Amino acid sequence: MDDVELRELVPQVLSVLVRRGADFATAEDAVQEALIRAVPAWEQDPPSDPKGWLITVAWRAFLDLARSEASRRDREARVDAEPPTGVVPSADDTLHLYFLAAHPDLTPSSAVALTLRALGGLTTRQIAQAYLVPESTMAQRISRAKRTIGRSGLDRPGDVRTVMRVLYLIFNEGYSGDVDLAAEAIRLTRQLATSANDPEVHGLLALMLLHHARRRSRSGPDGRIVPLADQDRSLWDTELIAEGVVILQAALGRDRPGEYQVQAAIAALHADAERVQDTDWTQIVEWYDELLRFADTPVVRLNRAVAVGEADGALAGLAALAQVDEHIPRHEAVAAYLHEKNGELELAARLYADASRNAPNLAERDHQMCQAARLNEMLRRQ
Amino acid sequence: MAKYLLLKHYRGAPAAVNHIPMDQWTPDEVEAHIQFMSDFATRLEGTGEFVDGQALSPDGLWVRSDGDGPPVTDGPFAETKDLIAGWMIIDVDSQERAVELAGELSAAPGAGGEPIHEWLEVRPFLAAPPTVTD
Repeated sequence: MDDVELRELVPQVLSVLVRRGADFATAEDAVQEALIRAVPAWEQDPPSDPKGWLITVAWRAFLDLARSEASRRDREARVDAEPPTGVVPSADDTLHLYFLAAHPDLTPSSAVALTLRALGGLTTRQIAQAYLVPESTMAQRISRAKRTIGRSGLDRPGDVRTVMRVLYLIFNEGYSGDVDLAAEAIRLTRQLATSANDPEVHGLLALMLLHHARRRSRSGPDGRIVPLADQDRSLWDTELIAEGVVILQAALGRDRPGEYQVQAAIAALHADAERVQDTDWTQIVEWYDELLRFADTPVVRLNRAVAVGEADGALAGLAALAQVDEHIPRHEAVAAYLHEKNGELELAARLYADASRNAPNLAERDHQMCQAARLNEMLRRQ
Repeated sequence: MAKYLLLKHYRGAPAAVNHIPMDQWTPDEVEAHIQFMSDFATRLEGTGEFVDGQALSPDGLWVRSDGDGPPVTDGPFAETKDLIAGWMIIDVDSQERAVELAGELSAAPGAGGEPIHEWLEVRPFLAAPPTVTD
């Protein structure tokens, strides 16, 4: 059994403990404890029923933790109310765990950490490494999150929207260190999709698969950005694209569109183009118009302006850009691109340099600086 | 071992020898510079001397408390004389080694493929007191 198969069992084991009446916070610690013990024990003597083994060991660990917790509470005369136990309002236990870990009372960073641990089975150390914070900081974040849930988590119903936002955040964090957060987000969204009957969950899964499929072509050595137009499309993962498209079509067929399904449709149109010049920009603009109905944000409008520029020409793109708040990140980068397309090279070079200075990350900073240098060299040669 | 902070400034350092702004370099020169910086950090990881390296956005703001109300913010100030661009933290055996490494970093290639020779600030960390004090 590999690491991922082992971690697949985590939410199942956790929900058994909660169903038996364990409080979520202690049960979650107990499952982690069982996971840690499983690694050396299974090397010596692999169990015939791994899930049963984990449940037994986690339950014993829970009883130990609960006992020591009770005696500690007695010693310190703590008056913290014990969270209600044994109440499982959702018919589906795993779905219920997702709702708890992404509870609306949690901050996004706490919900992300708790989801990765309680549903993903990652250790605190792995999560800390992925988010580049000290392990003790991440441990505190998780235990505070569990206290918040203990106070308010069980009397309010969960919200699949919040869960999806958390999974989307994890996916977008991408890849740093040993843990592939994008792959982990896909795994968790797949799991969610089996229990949540909402086409948006399938839309989110399709969106992730379609973006993940292009991953190998999206950056060069040292993490440099390769823009969509320059990507080597033979590196795209056609199996993932096909899977994403099938999932998306089934979701769209239910006629309950939403933000994630529309974003996935845009990604699918890009994935569908064998060469960049085959891209159906007119349809992409139509999907952006649809997206505005669900999420009228400056970022969507900014991306729409790029698509308009491709579909109807640079001037149309610039006209669309004029409607976008110019203080948002990447505004200068889009302006530079459209002005270059319109033949205004000096202005574009200046905007690329500004975009580099104000870039939100190093890869974009370097990329925009290379663009500025490229145009300035072209201008010197004229 | 002692830790040192190598500070790079957007503004506030004396002018570099080769101070042409980066957007005026050729694309190849920009690439070479980015590659040098990446290789430098990788090399220090290899020698066991690298601790951390970060770049900062030039946009920041000043904040101070205002008693019971929300904090007061101000800036960013275009006229701020000293503006830090980023840092590298190294853990090395001696100040000489810290200076040697800062010198190498300062020679990152710039316009015309020539070293920038920019000024970097080298600041020792204040460490924990030693166990043996007498």
